[in-house]
Amino acid sequence: MPGPKGPGSFNAFLGWWGRYPVTQFVVFIGLLAIFWIMGSNTIETMHRLGITPGFGFLHQSANFAIGESLIAYAPSDTFARAVLAGLLNTIAIALSGCVLATVLGVSLGIARLSGNFLLAGLVRWYVEVVRNTPLLLQLFFWSAVTHAFPAPRQAINPFGVIYLSNRGISIPSLQLHDIPASAIALSMAIVLTVVCLARLRAGKRTGAIGFLSISFFVLLGVSLVFHLSGAQANIDVPALHGFNITGGLNLTPEFAALLIGLVVNSSATIAEIVRSGIQSVPAGQWESARSLGLQPGKIMRLVILPQALRVIIPLMTSSYLDLTKNSSLAVAIGFPDLVSVLNTTANQSGQVLEALAIIVVSYLTLNLAVSAIMNRYNQRIESRGFSLR
Amino acid sequence: MNSSVDALATKMKWRQIWQNWLDGLFGTPLNTLITVFVVALLFWTVPSLFRWLFLNATWTGSAKDCALNTGACWAFIGAKLRFILFALYPPELDWRPSLVICLLALLLVITGTPKFWSRHLVYLWIGTVVLIWMLMAGTLVGPRVPTGRWGGLALTLLISVVGFACAFPLAVLLALARRSKMGGLRTLSILFIEIVRGVPMIAILYVAMLLVPMMLPLGFSPEALIRAQIGLTLFVAAYLAEVVRAGLQSVPHGQAEAASALGFGYWRIVRLIILPQALRAVIPALVNLAIGIVLNSTLVAVIGIFDLLNAAKNAANDPIWLGFYDESYIFVGLIYFTLCYSASRYSLWLEARLRASK
Repeated sequence: MPGPKGPGSFNAFLGWWGRYPVTQFVVFIGLLAIFWIMGSNTIETMHRLGITPGFGFLHQSANFAIGESLIAYAPSDTFARAVLAGLLNTIAIALSGCVLATVLGVSLGIARLSGNFLLAGLVRWYVEVVRNTPLLLQLFFWSAVTHAFPAPRQAINPFGVIYLSNRGISIPSLQLHDIPASAIALSMAIVLTVVCLARLRAGKRTGAIGFLSISFFVLLGVSLVFHLSGAQANIDVPALHGFNITGGLNLTPEFAALLIGLVVNSSATIAEIVRSGIQSVPAGQWESARSLGLQPGKIMRLVILPQALRVIIPLMTSSYLDLTKNSSLAVAIGFPDLVSVLNTTANQSGQVLEALAIIVVSYLTLNLAVSAIMNRYNQRIESRGFSLR
Repeated sequence: MNSSVDALATKMKWRQIWQNWLDGLFGTPLNTLITVFVVALLFWTVPSLFRWLFLNATWTGSAKDCALNTGACWAFIGAKLRFILFALYPPELDWRPSLVICLLALLLVITGTPKFWSRHLVYLWIGTVVLIWMLMAGTLVGPRVPTGRWGGLALTLLISVVGFACAFPLAVLLALARRSKMGGLRTLSILFIEIVRGVPMIAILYVAMLLVPMMLPLGFSPEALIRAQIGLTLFVAAYLAEVVRAGLQSVPHGQAEAASALGFGYWRIVRLIILPQALRAVIPALVNLAIGIVLNSTLVAVIGIFDLLNAAKNAANDPIWLGFYDESYIFVGLIYFTLCYSASRYSLWLEARLRASK
């Protein structure tokens, strides 16, 4: 043990620790004792069942199949790889869910404020029904729907490019090949330059719309570079061949059901957030902007949205976090997400404590990551400049 | 004379409403386009839905009658109503879950009436929760029924209300600890709240189902429902603590300072001065949280407990009535919707009332 710390830091600690130091200490010791007893009981139970405590089991062969995975996985692979496959599935569903829920939710929120009675009323009932019924019930419903699609030969084929069948949902996908290294280097250079330029003028505000338009031009530049360099990009449209649908991107019925369920559920929340955010801007802001002679589009872009976003973004963050956590309901409809894989792992290996520890740590990390990103964005749009305080 | 003025005013009012509707539907070309699209969408979906729900539906009879018809099979709901409401509870004792549902409804109505808001509510809640639990278990009268056979609507309401009631004292303590100047307790409270709020509820239910039996000494393991109830309670407590904390923050410092100057001790200040004001400030948030609990209580279905949703799912697994999932889900969806929608309307009404009384 290193020598005693200076009296200053110990006193600082005592000050932080606060009143009733002994009682607090006893509470701490009591909790530790409870945890210790529970821990030793758990280890005793594991020994009785012939299980070795610890994470060594992750290197053993998992011996169970996973319905779908972004990485190559076979039952003979290790538990660690199975957990990784589950984690990637969770991240995939959370990312695509957040993006789609934002698009749908913002559109619904704007539709709610559109001034068209019929559309606003329809959206209002959509929101009420979705928000007042259990998510699990909605997932059961979507699972029943995606499993009730007809066989591939009779697949429902809306817009001619999407196929809905009992093998899942096939959508067109973008495929790139023959990309020369120079094109990759050049596009990275473009992105870096834009990022550096944005850094240089960090003092000035870019705002959400500016950010979006810059991203659009960067994307345009990069695709131009790719096109000129002779890289092949084509859109792979799914098509019916014999008894099956080939090509495109195939979403399994389970993935599709989970994605639709989560997107529909979160979009209702996001629609409400967007509506309340825009309505939270005082009417005087509209009026004064109009009296300055601004066009309606500009009023929205320059006056209303920047203020509404301050209300919207923190609430969006918590609804993204909810979506990520809710994706764990995958276990109820048979999609192999992180929780579902670890549940199977716990049942197969008996390593319940370790499996649950992985779940808790993974979700806390995911949550921290989402909050960190959203907090950074929040700082960018926070109110700044003139203030009377 | 007067009546003609009234008539004119009414006419003007109606003309105004008519004009509003006209603007709302056909005000601009874009608006007209949207209206046409929405009407087309409704024409495309509503008639077939209406036919399935009502016109072609089978209202009485057996599964064979349903198979002959193309619409919904509401006869299934009639045959399975008892199972959906009470699940595996012994049929000869149906009066118990029925009485529990009535008692809980009464408790909620009394709690929701501002006239009855006083400290007596606390005793009422404790009394009702103990009473309904003993009633279901059969401690007071008649044969005992193990918790494994409880189920249906009665179970959903029971675990939601018991979860809320048991989480409340815990949440108040957590919120107080999180705002206290005692670093040790504050750290513990923050750790608990943030960890529980950071993980999905299903993970907490798995801890209750899989890990808790391993943590307790051999031969001592509470029944599954009790473990799930404890898991649900801890989960609710973390979220409730944040709502209570928001309430505590809304009470001005002067209140505690004035009470302290009058010689009140910490607990008396909290009990008599702070909490009544803090809780009053967050009543709408409490109602919204209660809605969330009812909706989230369905997750116990994943660990095999027969709540309302799981009972509905299993009703359609019956070999005689196999596969009427749509009807089953629509029916329980309607029950959940009625409960939660009325609660959210109540919350809005209360918010307006509280704002008016300020």
